[in-house]
Amino acid sequence: MTATPRPGDPAITPALVAEHGLTADEFERLRSMLGREPTFTELGIISALWSEHCSYKHSRPVLKTLPTEAPYVLQGPGENAGVISIGDGLAVAFKIESHNHPSAVEPYQGAATGVGGILRDVFTMGARPIAMLNSLRFGSLDTPRVRYLVGGVVKGIGDYGNCVGIPTVAGDVMFDAAYEGNPLVNAMCVGLLREEDLIRAKAEGVGNPIIAVGARTGRDGIHGASFASEDLSEENEAKRPRVQVGDPFTEKLLLEASLELITSGHIVAIQDMGAAGLTSSSAEMAERGEVGVTIDTLKVPQREQGMTPYEILLSESQERMLVVARQGHEDAVKKILAKWDLTAEVIGEVIAEPVYRVTEGDHVVAEFPGVRLVTDCPQYHPEAREAPEAAVRRAQDVHAVAEKPEEADPAWTLERLLECPTIASKRWITTQYDSTVRTNTVLGPGDGDAAVIRIRGTSKAIALKTDCNGRYVFLDPRVGGRIAVAEAARNVACVGARPMAITNCLNFGNPKKPDVFFQFREAVFGMGDACRALGTPVTGGNVSLYNENPQGAVYPTPVIGMVGLIDDVRHVTRAPFAAEGHTIVLLGDNTAELGGSEYLAWIHGVVAGAPPACDLDGEKRLIDALLAAIGGGHVASAHDCSEGGLAVALAECCMAREARPLGAQVDLSAWSALPLRALLFGEAQGRVVLSTTRAALVLEIAKRHGVPAAIIGTVRSASAGLVITVGSRVLRAETARLSRAFHEALPRAMQRAAAEAVDRDPALAGGTR
Amino acid sequence: MKFGIVSFPGSNCDDDAVFAATETLGQPAVKLWHKSHDLEGSDVVILPGGFSYGDYLRAGAIARFSPIMREVAAHAERGAPVIGICNGFQIACEAGLLPGALMRNAGLQFLSMPVTIRVEQTGTHWTSQCREGQCLTMPIAHGEGRYTVDAATLERVEGEGLVVFRYVGANGEATDAANPNGSLDNIAGVRNTAGNVVGLMPHPERALDPLLGSADGRVLFESVLATVHA
Repeated sequence: MTATPRPGDPAITPALVAEHGLTADEFERLRSMLGREPTFTELGIISALWSEHCSYKHSRPVLKTLPTEAPYVLQGPGENAGVISIGDGLAVAFKIESHNHPSAVEPYQGAATGVGGILRDVFTMGARPIAMLNSLRFGSLDTPRVRYLVGGVVKGIGDYGNCVGIPTVAGDVMFDAAYEGNPLVNAMCVGLLREEDLIRAKAEGVGNPIIAVGARTGRDGIHGASFASEDLSEENEAKRPRVQVGDPFTEKLLLEASLELITSGHIVAIQDMGAAGLTSSSAEMAERGEVGVTIDTLKVPQREQGMTPYEILLSESQERMLVVARQGHEDAVKKILAKWDLTAEVIGEVIAEPVYRVTEGDHVVAEFPGVRLVTDCPQYHPEAREAPEAAVRRAQDVHAVAEKPEEADPAWTLERLLECPTIASKRWITTQYDSTVRTNTVLGPGDGDAAVIRIRGTSKAIALKTDCNGRYVFLDPRVGGRIAVAEAARNVACVGARPMAITNCLNFGNPKKPDVFFQFREAVFGMGDACRALGTPVTGGNVSLYNENPQGAVYPTPVIGMVGLIDDVRHVTRAPFAAEGHTIVLLGDNTAELGGSEYLAWIHGVVAGAPPACDLDGEKRLIDALLAAIGGGHVASAHDCSEGGLAVALAECCMAREARPLGAQVDLSAWSALPLRALLFGEAQGRVVLSTTRAALVLEIAKRHGVPAAIIGTVRSASAGLVITVGSRVLRAETARLSRAFHEALPRAMQRAAAEAVDRDPALAGGTR
Repeated sequence: MKFGIVSFPGSNCDDDAVFAATETLGQPAVKLWHKSHDLEGSDVVILPGGFSYGDYLRAGAIARFSPIMREVAAHAERGAPVIGICNGFQIACEAGLLPGALMRNAGLQFLSMPVTIRVEQTGTHWTSQCREGQCLTMPIAHGEGRYTVDAATLERVEGEGLVVFRYVGANGEATDAANPNGSLDNIAGVRNTAGNVVGLMPHPERALDPLLGSADGRVLFESVLATVHA
């Protein structure tokens, strides 16, 4: 059989090919694969499958350098989600994915459907979702547009996750003008499964029926995958209709029905119809199973009338799944779906002939030779070259940046940094997320350096965190990539968890620009260095390129989603100081580094210098020492030093838990030879502030692991405030003032957003719906 | 004592309620499907939290028409214990099992945080083991929790002591600052006249283990156990 055009199909012209994002070379490749002219439907299919989003055509060779193996990895990259064993016959499935471009034009639905998509990726592995995280990057909060985006994205994430009933427990949020116009919205989902329930999205068994399950197919989101694979521009506002609309209620039903289907034994494979919808899900399942498939678009349940095969194949209508059932079990599948008021229709079957065939009734509208549809995708090895100005920026002597007169009092600087939205409390955001549903949240947002979810029926728990400082990656991609992994690992270690594995979401600009591809390649190499050193393989992830605004690419931002394992949930450790009188110990060492710091960016508007060095062996020893101390029950609190440095970390330990503020008396005179602002606000890596009643034991453990450690002070009452002595210089701050700066910054900024919303729509002022 | 937990499409705290009955109280529990007409011999009914039918309309407005709700109403009519938690409270109000209604939070945002509530009434199946004035800490997680009634009903609700819980601050005072969602008179939970039906927005089933931050919710479940056994 061969595909022929349908009546009414537009002629295939160079302009139409270009509109579909295919280069002339790629079109030639398609023609030679088919041995004839493609039909319009085939052109549509290829434009989706060969889009960057689906094909990884620029990124795959570099991604292959990442370590992916460990004895406990049950499923590495290439499936809907990665899976690791946590013992006791249990496993954890997890994955992070971006929804940046949809969120840039329609923040509420863009973010909501991002959550929906990642949930489906996890429950199609046979795992029940138990936690959500998200990593967000926005432009400066000073502009109304950014405040609107923040409000919409946060509400979209909250409404979707809250309704489905999955706790949103952690994440990270940063603000920088570099993300203006192209925010990053990365959602991560973590699920729990019994190892024997693991199911893969691999079509098998000639004659087995292919079933479309869940919501009906409409015209929404057509070409979403291609939209994600091009630069954002003013014209993208016109692409708003490409953004899908989410229905978390249907998702909840689909979740329950899918898990029931998987354990029923009636199906052999299941996959989300995500990016590029039916096209991508069916082609990928066929490729993994090395079989052919045939699909009749007339049989796909449709929401709208008169949809063409092209539209049906490329729709990204949400809350749909593709299932390969066992032959003869069709009615059993339909019965399970009917219980949840969902539809299931047989739309095709697995065939022996190695072709990917789409029909409209009897008319073949698309036919590709077997797996080549996926495997013949073009691959590029773009040029990578660092921009000369990047090296200049990195070499700049940031110690020469003149201090402001107010900085004579370091408490002033500390307060300003605590108000910086990247550092300030994110409670305005996290209170909009249900973090306690499912009753397993031991540490939720703001409680510790990572979230902790207990595993019911065991003594275990898992720790979860996302991290990435894009500014470091911008200044030095290799070092920045290392730090992203190391900081995530350090964060899960601070709550008492052994770092196990990562998922990653690589947000970069246009890979055809040599300087952008340089950032990408070096950052991935840096991540690989750290993953190897820390023993945390990569189990999957997502690449989001073309994150650009008219000023250029966003900061290269490889977001790391780390999963750690806690054997004994009693040893979970929080970040804030626990009680007056405890001894404060610093693990790791202070340095003169100041480059790439939040201090320089926020106080001086300077983004320059080399980011702090990342000693991966040192990080590994630090994690081991910390876990030995926590596992021995010697640690009352642990918090790593990150943005804002040691002074900010100490301040947070005093007042991050607003209802129980404390103070601290700290002496850093041992480091009085360092520049004061580097000591207080520099972001040297590999440092953890902990409090303990057994300082001698902690120092002994640190020594055994070869980790520098020193007693630096004592926890005091809140009324004593935070006092940091460095030789003759003293930083003295009231805990209440620090607390106000930290806790009120974001609500204050977002209250402006509420006022602006009322300006746009006065009806909102009434407090009605 | 057998607990029946109603699963509406969109319920998402039904598993947590089952754990409360089985793991915390050591009692048998069964999930009751919304299309069912049978409480399967349940002594106690829990209407759990979630987003029944997506709550795209007014929260709980569709769930009250589920077939199972007729049986729940009859169960309540017999004087047997029923608790509505969060979305379950909204459904109980919509079904007329409890006075009042829940509106969108005053701040227009979904709120997830621990709150403190004060026990105003110990004469209910669900608070018999509490002290009057006892303060309990447990999470809230809702977008539509602003309790309201018309003026005449409010007079009756307050006059007849139907208010079971109020939002309070650390000092036990029902202040505006302690009121997370703008509820009338800081009302967090109410009962019916007989005291066998109680509804509240906070989640006692999420406060059963100190590991998760609070075990203050246990006393509600221990109360119903004591009342039914008595």
